[in-house]
Amino acid sequence: MSSVPSDLRYAKSHEWLKPTGDGTATVGITDYAQNSLGDITYVQLPKAGATLAAGQVYGVVESVKAASDLYMPVAGTVLEVNAALDSAPETVNGAPYAGGWMLKVKLADPASVATLLDAAAYEKLID
Amino acid sequence: MSQLKRTPLRDFHAAHGARLVDFAGWEMPVQYRSILEEHKAVRRAAGLFDVSHMGEVDVKGPDALRYLNHLVTNDVSKLFPGRVLYSPMCYPNGGVVDDLLVYMRAPEDYFLCINAGNIDKDVAWLLEQARGFNVTVTDRSADYALIAIQGPTAAAIVQSLTGAKLDRIGYYHFAEGTVAGVHCIISRTGYTGEDGFELYHAAGDAVALTEAVVKAGAAHGLELTGLGARDSLRLEAGYPLYGHEITADISPLTAGLGWTVKLDKDGGFIGRDALVAEKKNGAPNKVVFFKTGDRRIVRADTPVLGADGAVVGKVLSGTLSPILNEAIGSALVTTAAAGSPLAVDIRGTLLQLHLVKPPFVQLKKS
Repeated sequence: MSSVPSDLRYAKSHEWLKPTGDGTATVGITDYAQNSLGDITYVQLPKAGATLAAGQVYGVVESVKAASDLYMPVAGTVLEVNAALDSAPETVNGAPYAGGWMLKVKLADPASVATLLDAAAYEKLID
Repeated sequence: MSQLKRTPLRDFHAAHGARLVDFAGWEMPVQYRSILEEHKAVRRAAGLFDVSHMGEVDVKGPDALRYLNHLVTNDVSKLFPGRVLYSPMCYPNGGVVDDLLVYMRAPEDYFLCINAGNIDKDVAWLLEQARGFNVTVTDRSADYALIAIQGPTAAAIVQSLTGAKLDRIGYYHFAEGTVAGVHCIISRTGYTGEDGFELYHAAGDAVALTEAVVKAGAAHGLELTGLGARDSLRLEAGYPLYGHEITADISPLTAGLGWTVKLDKDGGFIGRDALVAEKKNGAPNKVVFFKTGDRRIVRADTPVLGADGAVVGKVLSGTLSPILNEAIGSALVTTAAAGSPLAVDIRGTLLQLHLVKPPFVQLKKS
């Protein structure tokens, strides 16, 4: 059973987003996503400063099985990426909602978070 | 979609948390916990693989030796009872039908182990070629289950369950005996580059034998290991996989398996003329093994680029070596390009291929 924390919002493409309340947010991939991918071997992330539209590819996650694109849940500008994933991409498997975070972003429109799924709706999606 | 075939251990795998996938028409465990961790467990201690999907064929009769030597490229006449031989089996054009193990049980009594995905094709080929030979060829695949215990502690685990003296069974030798009360062909072979055993046994005994091995293995670091780890282990060891490094279009010589091709053995064999010509004239392509120094996996079918950026080949197998922590793989490239710098383009990044003579890691196997 995949973990779906109730305080996060979710994209149908299996990214999570955690608004911090000051117009920024943290982005990663869900427990369901990491489990489907299997052993994660490489995470390719954008550079800080990149401005990305909702649904735009922001990076690639590779597992032994396949390489998969990562999608921005909402529009925003990258403030910081998780550089620790360079040498320890398996953190995404072990702690997808904590040490496995990928981006900190400044939201183009904080209200856009409301377009994302809540935990109950995401649980239904992956059921 | 047709129903996937199941080994006698399918429910055992499901009960132990395996992720079951379609492998060559079989519902098989690709992993239990983590492919990378299972891989490391085999290099460090031991892993238990269900490879019951592999095919088994009995070849018996007065012409068994002459027939097998006509079929395979290696020299079956070198076998004696208790000895195992690895060999490709070729088409007349030198392409590979399959690669297999030949077990000699007694004069006129041999046993073959063939790839799961090739069972129907191989058995048809074996029967077709049997015309004119006094042999009986019998597909025994459904009768046998097969588990592999691989890794530095494999011998201690199996020895704790059998009265057979395993130190008297050398690498690529076998004996018949009882393991945990189950009659087995105890074969000191494997596909991981580690010491280990493959135990052929009656399908009905598979669950009891596997549970006994798991219990005995607990004190020796044994883990359940899936086909994902089996693939990365064999690639790290530099072993070919049918459909990748050897195919109907890639001969054993092109694949670097010249040591298994005995062109001068008595009586010749199917594909000999083509392989003699390939050896004399030189092959247009060759299989190379590479590492990149980067973690991005270079996957099968990725184009390989030569020094001027032109495509000179393609990747055949690719994975992340959990031991080296970098991408490793094999590729088919033009012989002309093989001596020059090679690269691949991974999502816009050009990665140089560093050619390696496998194994990629130091193996402790005897």
